[in-house]
Amino acid sequence: MADKTVDARGDNCPIPILKAKKAIGEVPVGGTLEVLATDPGSVPDFRAFCQQTGNTLLEQTETGGVYRSLIKRVG
Amino acid sequence: MSANAATPNAKSMSIIVTKGTLDWAYPPFILATTAAAMDVKVSMFFTFYGLPLLLKKLDLQISPLGKPDMAMPMMGMHMKMPNMVAMLPGVNGMATKMMKNLIKKKGVASIEDLRTAAVDSEVELIGCQMTMDLFEFKKKDMIPGIVIGGAATYMEKALKSDINLFI
Repeated sequence: MADKTVDARGDNCPIPILKAKKAIGEVPVGGTLEVLATDPGSVPDFRAFCQQTGNTLLEQTETGGVYRSLIKRVG
Repeated sequence: MSANAATPNAKSMSIIVTKGTLDWAYPPFILATTAAAMDVKVSMFFTFYGLPLLLKKLDLQISPLGKPDMAMPMMGMHMKMPNMVAMLPGVNGMATKMMKNLIKKKGVASIEDLRTAAVDSEVELIGCQMTMDLFEFKKKDMIPGIVIGGAATYMEKALKSDINLFI
């Protein structure tokens, strides 16, 4: 169970990233943020986002058109 | 929290924004807000027709005139408008309305929202002094927190930036 969940379903680029950036600041260091999105572009985007910000992308899954990215806050 | 002076090794980007139509306002604001979210320090320099994007009240329009590349989805097809039609009165208003409907329907952020996100994530917004004089814009009509400067102000940012874009 993630510490916080962001619902970005129905949102298009770059809103899922902007929402995640805001939310990850509210997660304790070492905690996890779950992002739900329907934008398929959010899958590679969250990979790039984590790579650049130094956070860890724990997993990405897809269920019924909803893409879930689980991010661990590092810094 | 965004990239700021507290992180001296942060990457940086500058964008020259020269176009203020509803369509062309998107690339600079999308890139600026996304970069800021990725801890990049961003400066945007608004000049010529890009300058009105700093006005408090935005009234952005698109025009299909002279845009053979503008293909709007319609009834399962893509519609391109011949210039003979695009030049008619009311077409710009109609095209703007269609675009705004599409933006809403597809969950794309409004320019107003992206601009607010840019301000909130400490993107530096620079208005071009010369353009303000040329087109008679007043600072009091612009959103608060912007910086006014000239080409040298931009160059100072650009010389230190990892990425410089002209849009």
